[in-house]
Amino acid sequence: METVISVLASEPASMSRGRVFGAYLAEARGECVRYMRAPAFMLPIMLFPGLFYLVFGVLMVKSEGADAARYLLASYGVFGVMSPGLFGFGVSLALERDGGLLTFKRALPMPPGAYLLGKMLMAMCAAAVVILLLLALSRLAHVALLPTQAGALLLTGVLGVLPFCALGMFIGTVFKGQGAPGMLQLIYLPMSFLSGLWFPLPMLPKFLQQIAPIWPSYHLDKIAMAAVGLNNEPLLPHVLVLLGFAVGFLLLATRRLRRYG
Amino acid sequence: MSLTTTSIARLDGAIKTYGRLTALDGANLQIGRGELLALLGPNGAGKTTAIALLLGLIRADAGTVELFGRDPQQIEARRRIGVMLQNAVLPPTLRVGELLRLTASYYPSPRPLAETAELAGIGELLKRPYAKLSGGQQRSVQLALALCGRPELLFLDEPTVGMDVDARQKLWSAIRRLIAEGCAVLLTTHYLEEAEVLADRVCVMAHGRMIHEGTVDELRARVALKRIRCVTGTSIEKVRGWPDVAEARLDGERLHITTADAETVVRHLLGADAQLRELEVQRAGLAEAFTELTRDADEVSATDQREAA
Repeated sequence: METVISVLASEPASMSRGRVFGAYLAEARGECVRYMRAPAFMLPIMLFPGLFYLVFGVLMVKSEGADAARYLLASYGVFGVMSPGLFGFGVSLALERDGGLLTFKRALPMPPGAYLLGKMLMAMCAAAVVILLLLALSRLAHVALLPTQAGALLLTGVLGVLPFCALGMFIGTVFKGQGAPGMLQLIYLPMSFLSGLWFPLPMLPKFLQQIAPIWPSYHLDKIAMAAVGLNNEPLLPHVLVLLGFAVGFLLLATRRLRRYG
Repeated sequence: MSLTTTSIARLDGAIKTYGRLTALDGANLQIGRGELLALLGPNGAGKTTAIALLLGLIRADAGTVELFGRDPQQIEARRRIGVMLQNAVLPPTLRVGELLRLTASYYPSPRPLAETAELAGIGELLKRPYAKLSGGQQRSVQLALALCGRPELLFLDEPTVGMDVDARQKLWSAIRRLIAEGCAVLLTTHYLEEAEVLADRVCVMAHGRMIHEGTVDELRARVALKRIRCVTGTSIEKVRGWPDVAEARLDGERLHITTADAETVVRHLLGADAQLRELEVQRAGLAEAFTELTRDADEVSATDQREAA
């Protein structure tokens, strides 16, 4: 055994901080480049919410005026950023587990956070695109936002995608390959409906209104409403719920990854 | 043996079960600095599980797993290894050069890109997207990824599956160059010829255990049988009647005999037919030795199960 230790001492495999940072950077860059070159994966995820907003939020509410369009801008914004989080993160993770890429990366000395950070950045970029697209479309419905409101909504979207990344990641660690997209749809659409993203909550049955706070999208919606100036309640509880939600699912997912790969 | 003193990776009594299936049942393995160890065994013998433990992909239920004296799940240990896995679908849209740069970024002092490409023989592929390569070229790129970090220990899991003869030769020569640099290699393969050509030591697994470990020659010597081939007028029935003849068969006009006592049988053959020609005597190849070893292990395991039941 002493000799094993001497093998270690003879050649330290330490890595400078700069090189570790470089590994994070290279991973994030690789993740972005590969999906930009394969638009068939990300494009539907990014355009789908815009299309929805155009039909239901712009064209169909013309008669009800800019306030309805403003309300729907926030809720469709939330609906929109859930998608890159859940699908961009969850589906790609499930596919990469299935194809063996994740196994390969885990065997390599890749800094453990780099892989997830790369995907997170990718999802945040996609969320930014979604919000910018919706902001552009909202002009058609004559929604007049202050630059600070537009900025706040953008920030809400870019950070708000993270809890859904964590949820998508967890789903991606439970279901392999092609099973994940179906499961994610099953969560995405009902959750959006139940937290009042398609129809305002007061239009839903009483019971559904009461359980709405268990959905993370309900809390993100409250923040998005505040961003466009339609909610004056304190935001801290919602932020904390989302944070707890993100951390919880992140922990669950990393535990599963470490155990089962 | 000085193996224990230079061991850079080891399994000691490793046990791993998946539900009711025991994948590893007290596996022992040691890899010394700079050596090429071939891990052989039929499908389901536990080779993949053994490698997964050493790579830190899974945890053992019991026993010791060490990589450079550490837990393989520690990144510091894995910074000294390179990996080529059997089936990893790499990002299809990334170019070969980008994949290499990305993988090299994980290591403290990787090889220059050009050197890696030259070693793996993929110099002209660097600008091509990975998905556009042939199966054999993709394997070569995976080899390049495995060696780009200047590893001290290389894990090659069935590296030549899907390669043509030419690509296989290239891979073998790359492996020899790495070994000359002092890199150790743990190779799993279905091609016994590959183990025969490359390996210093061979470790044969069956039913989650190591059933033989030694040099290639030692493994061959485990099997006493020899092969005799000749063209003779003596009838096959007569040959089969001789004691010591384990098996005899005709292949065209050529007679193939398997025996434990080649000298006696050759004496009989020459005595029976003065016109005998094209006589060859060969020790059994690794393939025969391997088949026999694993068959024995199967029998032992079957008996165990009967006794247990």
